[in-house]
Amino acid sequence: MRWRRIRDSAATKSMRLALVLVNSLLLLLVLGLFAKSRPILARQSLFNLLLSSSWHPLKGEFGLFPFIVGTLAVTAMAMILAVPICLLSAIYLSEYARRPVRELVRPIIDLLAGIPSVIYGFWGVIVVVPLVRYLGHAVGSPTTGYSLLAGGIVLAIMVFPIIISVSTDVLQSVPAEAREASMALGATRWETVRHVILSSARRGLMAAVVLGFARAFGETMAVLMVVGNVPKVPTSLFDPAYPLPALIANNYGEMMSIPLYDSALMLAALVLLVVVAGFNLAAHLFLVRLERRS
Amino acid sequence: MRARRLEEEVFQGLMRASLGLVLAVLAAIIVVVVARGASSLSLSMIFQTPKGGYYLGKEGGISNAIVGSLYLALGGSALAILLSLPTALVLQREYTGRRLATITRLCLDALWGTPSIVYGAFGFVIMRSLGLSASLLGGILALSLVMLPIMARAMEEAIRMVPLQLKEISYAMGATKLETTISVVLRQALPGIITAVVLAFGRGIGDAASILFTAGYTDHIPRSLLDPTASLPLAVFFQLGTPFPEVQQRAYAAALILLIMVLMASLAARLLSGRFSRHMIR
Repeated sequence: MRWRRIRDSAATKSMRLALVLVNSLLLLLVLGLFAKSRPILARQSLFNLLLSSSWHPLKGEFGLFPFIVGTLAVTAMAMILAVPICLLSAIYLSEYARRPVRELVRPIIDLLAGIPSVIYGFWGVIVVVPLVRYLGHAVGSPTTGYSLLAGGIVLAIMVFPIIISVSTDVLQSVPAEAREASMALGATRWETVRHVILSSARRGLMAAVVLGFARAFGETMAVLMVVGNVPKVPTSLFDPAYPLPALIANNYGEMMSIPLYDSALMLAALVLLVVVAGFNLAAHLFLVRLERRS
Repeated sequence: MRARRLEEEVFQGLMRASLGLVLAVLAAIIVVVVARGASSLSLSMIFQTPKGGYYLGKEGGISNAIVGSLYLALGGSALAILLSLPTALVLQREYTGRRLATITRLCLDALWGTPSIVYGAFGFVIMRSLGLSASLLGGILALSLVMLPIMARAMEEAIRMVPLQLKEISYAMGATKLETTISVVLRQALPGIITAVVLAFGRGIGDAASILFTAGYTDHIPRSLLDPTASLPLAVFFQLGTPFPEVQQRAYAAALILLIMVLMASLAARLLSGRFSRHMIR
């Protein structure tokens, strides 16, 4: 009996250790990246680094502004394209589609989520970039196709699965009585959706969109492959952009030789982590509360 | 009344179109990758390592990347299991209070959403502080960080589904927490746990940003943990970026192989979860 007790408590302790490690991982990530970005923060103020658009590593100028704008622009582009499509699809799946259809579509959406980002990038290079090039010529702004718009389209596709699956869940958690009451009053299905379902699921849907935003914000390879990577603030849809993740991914090889470069990239990674983790935490915190209420 | 009907129909049309678009995009991705890849796929692509002049379009294949990717994803899975299984088990009610469990789940969700390039950068920091250069070990470390939250979250879902009554029966017979966990919970949740591992494996094998600077890239198959290691996603990425059409053809093939592996992992996750469920009490 004693032996069993000892084994039990030893196992508990070692499992707790794993728990502690996992819980401190987020903090470790932040601290590790912060420690590495200290050298550049000691030289220039954070404010200066984030808002200066002069990126000249050889002269020791590391303004991250064009990259931040690039990230925001590509992400915004993606959200503008993805949100209406995803919400309409989710409403259809939750409110209109029959059960078998829903059960057929769900694994397909999961499949879309599982496709590696280089494959999206690859597809983007082969399909989206030529399309955007053609479009650019058609509207009179010649472009190589490697542009903000191409990045936005590819990213939009990549956030489809997360937004659709979370918002379908949220919509389905609206109690059936609410639907029935509205229909009994003579409302059509769409009127029920618009006046009853959407208003009670509004904040959950927001959380779904925020999750999509966070995913898009940190996506690296697919965007890197189609967005053009020119460190300037883009002024049109057909201009190339240069998001933060692409900056980190592209410059790892050469950074060792230039002082502070390494530190600037770590700062970029830190900014990325803080923004994405912040949005994710907020959205999940909200979803947890929603779950508890229902 | 007619206006209301019209509105209903317009929006229904829009919804169908949206869902149709989403499904069409998925089909287009698969069709393009398969069509492009199939024409450049050959046995030598799969079974040979790059020969001299490969990157100018000469002889060779990408077996270095295929084997490298498998090593990386297997190693990453093993390391991730080591941390995520105990974490998922200890989140059970008997071990952890509700508050801490909620916080841990939130942490895991945030880690899940963390961009893999951040794990790559962090992995690189750890690697250098251990005095390593780009290597199989470095890649495995970074990749295990990517896989950890995916695995832990999915395992925890599976473990939470184990009926409380089953556990209570075990406790009533005088079993300790550990004994209950091993012989009731693990057995009952096994299908879900296997699915979690395969799911994370599928994500890991396709991840490029985390291994970009931690695993490096070479033309040979790694012989030790300290050798740099090629991988399929990076093979797609690098070869697509070259100006030679012959080399780009190989990126197509690499993309197809990668897609097949990921789809197989996803299919396996479904099938395995059925196969291992025979140990379950329902």
